[in-house]
Amino acid sequence: MSTVDTAAPVPIIEARKLEKFYQHPDGGRIQVIAPIDLGVFPGQILALLGPSGCGKSTLLRMLTGLSPASGGLVYWQGQAVNGDFPNVSIVFQSFALFPWLTVIENVEAPLEARGVAPMERHKRALRILDAVGLDGFESAYPKELSGGMKQRVGVARALVVEPEVLFMDEPFSALDVLTAETLRGELLELWLGHKIPTRAMFIVTHNIEEAVVLADRIIVLGRNPAHIHADFDVAIPHPRDRKSPEFVDLVDSIYRVLTHPGHKDDTAPTRTQVPGGAPKSKVVTLPHTRPGGMAALLEILADRGGRVELHGLSEDLGLDLESLLPTIETATLLGLLRVEEGEAIITHAGRAFAGADIQTRKTIFRKAALDNVPLLRQMEQALRAKSNRTLSEEFFRDLLDEHFSEEESRRQLETAIQWGRYAEIFDYEAESGKLKLTEI
Amino acid sequence: MPAPAPSAVHTTPVPPAAKRPAGSRWTWAFLIDIAVFLSVCAAVFGIYAIGRTWLGPVHPEAHISQNPRDLPLYALYSLVRIGIAYALSLTFALAYGYLAASSRRAEMLMIPLLDILQSIPVLSFLPGVMLAMVAIFPHNQLGIELGSILLIFTGQVWNIAFSFYSSLKTVPRDLHEAAVIYRFSRWQRFGELDLPFATIGLVWNSMVSVAGGWFFLMACEMFVLGNRDFRLPGLGSFLQTAASHGDSRAILWGVAAMIAVVVLLDQFVWRPIIQWADKFKFEQVESSATAQPTLLHLIGRASLLIQLYRRFFLPLINWLTLQFTLGAKRAAETFAAPKQRHLRRWIAYPLLAGVLVGLVLAVYYGAQELSDLRREDYVDLFRSAALTFLRVNSALLLSALWTVPVGVAIGFSPRLARIAQPFAQIAASVPATALFPIILLFFLRLRGGMEFAAMLLMLLGTQWYVLFNVIAGAMAIPTDLKEAAQVFRFSSWDRWRFLILPGIFPYLVTGLVTASGGAWNASIIAEYFHFQGKIVSTPGLGSAISSASDAGRFDMLLASTLVMATIVVLINRLVWRRLYRLASSRFKLES
Repeated sequence: MSTVDTAAPVPIIEARKLEKFYQHPDGGRIQVIAPIDLGVFPGQILALLGPSGCGKSTLLRMLTGLSPASGGLVYWQGQAVNGDFPNVSIVFQSFALFPWLTVIENVEAPLEARGVAPMERHKRALRILDAVGLDGFESAYPKELSGGMKQRVGVARALVVEPEVLFMDEPFSALDVLTAETLRGELLELWLGHKIPTRAMFIVTHNIEEAVVLADRIIVLGRNPAHIHADFDVAIPHPRDRKSPEFVDLVDSIYRVLTHPGHKDDTAPTRTQVPGGAPKSKVVTLPHTRPGGMAALLEILADRGGRVELHGLSEDLGLDLESLLPTIETATLLGLLRVEEGEAIITHAGRAFAGADIQTRKTIFRKAALDNVPLLRQMEQALRAKSNRTLSEEFFRDLLDEHFSEEESRRQLETAIQWGRYAEIFDYEAESGKLKLTEI
Repeated sequence: MPAPAPSAVHTTPVPPAAKRPAGSRWTWAFLIDIAVFLSVCAAVFGIYAIGRTWLGPVHPEAHISQNPRDLPLYALYSLVRIGIAYALSLTFALAYGYLAASSRRAEMLMIPLLDILQSIPVLSFLPGVMLAMVAIFPHNQLGIELGSILLIFTGQVWNIAFSFYSSLKTVPRDLHEAAVIYRFSRWQRFGELDLPFATIGLVWNSMVSVAGGWFFLMACEMFVLGNRDFRLPGLGSFLQTAASHGDSRAILWGVAAMIAVVVLLDQFVWRPIIQWADKFKFEQVESSATAQPTLLHLIGRASLLIQLYRRFFLPLINWLTLQFTLGAKRAAETFAAPKQRHLRRWIAYPLLAGVLVGLVLAVYYGAQELSDLRREDYVDLFRSAALTFLRVNSALLLSALWTVPVGVAIGFSPRLARIAQPFAQIAASVPATALFPIILLFFLRLRGGMEFAAMLLMLLGTQWYVLFNVIAGAMAIPTDLKEAAQVFRFSSWDRWRFLILPGIFPYLVTGLVTASGGAWNASIIAEYFHFQGKIVSTPGLGSAISSASDAGRFDMLLASTLVMATIVVLINRLVWRRLYRLASSRFKLES
């Protein structure tokens, strides 16, 4: 239940027109995060949800001052902040514990940084360790602890400085399902029971259910460039039952939002106009999956009569959004299935793919790839135009560089090469970096 | 494992994080390399110039005892020299590495400089440094002692500095972010993040560097220049004197003392440190291997020590850290203030200008010196260089020929490893230079004996490094590959060709690189030696360097040192770098 003051709530942290872009060497810029307005209000747990690579971790780092923003400002209690950020803590996905310090030394470290005397910080550290249930483990080293216990230390360390806002970057995704569930429950208990002086929480996650269990407000990010796709208020009272109709409905809505076809997420960020130059053609962004995984998905779809609810599919396969969405995107891009209202529907070509043997699958994939992925079509044509049917990968990298940042264009090329090899369009030699057309 | 080869060539491949700055990468880096190399040559000349113009008075002849009863004292002397040199090296290396890692501009200059300095054979500095130090301190003992310490320092510091620098550059991102978000002060970050993370690398590199240090120390203790005796009382000079007089009893005692010192150092210093350093391993899971109980464990149980530690030592450290944290914060605030920036500029620029002027002058005088050389000198140099080149590479080939089969055999069989390891370690830890006089004693009786002796010294000094690397490489070959070879009935030749040789390739390259640098270094004493009152030598570049310093021909000395340095740097760039790249791209075993 959101406990926002009804009288003119002032956000503790506010981002106005916060954006991130890379300046391209010849003029244009590549927008990674579009200008975003965001407010973190007191008494709320805010969840930032989105697929991997959409920029949510970058956004967290910009809000906490770890990474500089390219544009826009961050305000703390109404005052513009410039570099030195006030009292915030982060809980990291990989725990970020110092392996050579004991548990208590790890928790004391932020207090030491603030110049608190040894006796005092020892006392405070012990108190917070007790609150997270690690009493008795003070002298243990991180490598003696399980994942869940390590994250407890991470949470204790974050809370020992009594931050006003607690930031969490995918805090439970490195843990197994049961431990994550336990920790989520304990975190909620600390929050709801007002046992910690923290006034707001900001959790980045890719797990829809986790967001619905914990948050009072869920912001869904789209990508290319990152932007706020949707903003949900969660009014379900605690304790939240996963099987209750409101819960399931909300999860469904979020799934629908995330897989809504036709939204501009599929295309690469268009370059801002270079003065005097024509705008470049839109290049399709390839999701970073291996084509092999798609076959299983299509087989399951065909098995169930061709239509399946995405939510149910993810539960049955035990996969979360992170793993499922990219594969669905790939299949959609290739025209092997389509998504409507949160349901995956297999197409004619997809059915043929699911029922075929390996060789036929390759043929179908090849046709689908050449028809629907402009980059692969370009690559095939360029290779065919050469007499020796060979080109270096740098050639194609230069093409991609115009639309993506350096790192992303490298990854896009890698994915394209993987798909091209699978489709037997061309062959690739890693040492020399050369692509050679496969004659059919 | 202590490795005996002197670290004259960098032993660590360039880690991916320590990239050159971007933007027309290789032309910029190349230019900097050239500039730095020239400056270093100029500096080398500087040292010689000082030595020459400051020729001091003649010193009394050094008296080295032959009585085994003096051995403990001599061992102590040697240990003290190594200890001081190491302490100096560590401090300087930490500062150098830290500066290079924290400032982009500094990094662009300091790392190429380090690269080249590592490649210059240390022993070629020996005459210059000794003369300079002795001139500064006319009193015999102090000058020479400082000279030897300085020389060992030169051999050790670059390896350690590079290790620290590359650790700093590869600190895990999330730990770094935690340190930033929790507002660690500079001191806290250094003490709780940078230094602990770098510890394991520092420990291993220190072991390698100290082993190299012994090599140089022994050479220093035996050093004679022309008719001037720069020898210092210590284990090296003891062995040399004993060999010189053919005193086999003293020789045996000397070698035994050498082995004893090495073993004691290993057991009481290195093993406990390695055990302690395990705490700094950046692993998220506890490794299953439990170590043997060592001295550290025994000491740990002595409760008096623990009490003292807890009651006095720890609170003191805590209090000091607190003071530092607050003080450093205050200091950083004032120093970073805008008006202080001008102060820094006023200090830095004149300093830089002074250094530049000095370098220009040195290059000018150096060129003048070199112009004294005649055509036949150049021909001589070329011939010497070719001879030593052949000798070094033959030594490397011979090393590889025996270490590869033996190393693979040991690496594949844990039982054999257990038996062979202590022997190999002891054999490896005895500095080859200490044994050289003994080798000469035997070989000089044969015809062409010096040739054999020279090659043997090179081998002895460097083959262990190749052996240990091959063993490590063989151990690293995954069992499933070996099983696949078995199941598919690979012939012996096939096994070697498809499994073993490719598998150990990266490790072999690492070993050969260090061995190569060590061999070039060793050539300076291996090809030219003062023995039993006469000079025994065989033509080569090392011999050219030593004979030039003996004869006081500084132009020849400068030229031959520069030639050796250039050859080593060139081979480094053209051959070893390429092999490293090949090794890491094609032959790396993990994905």
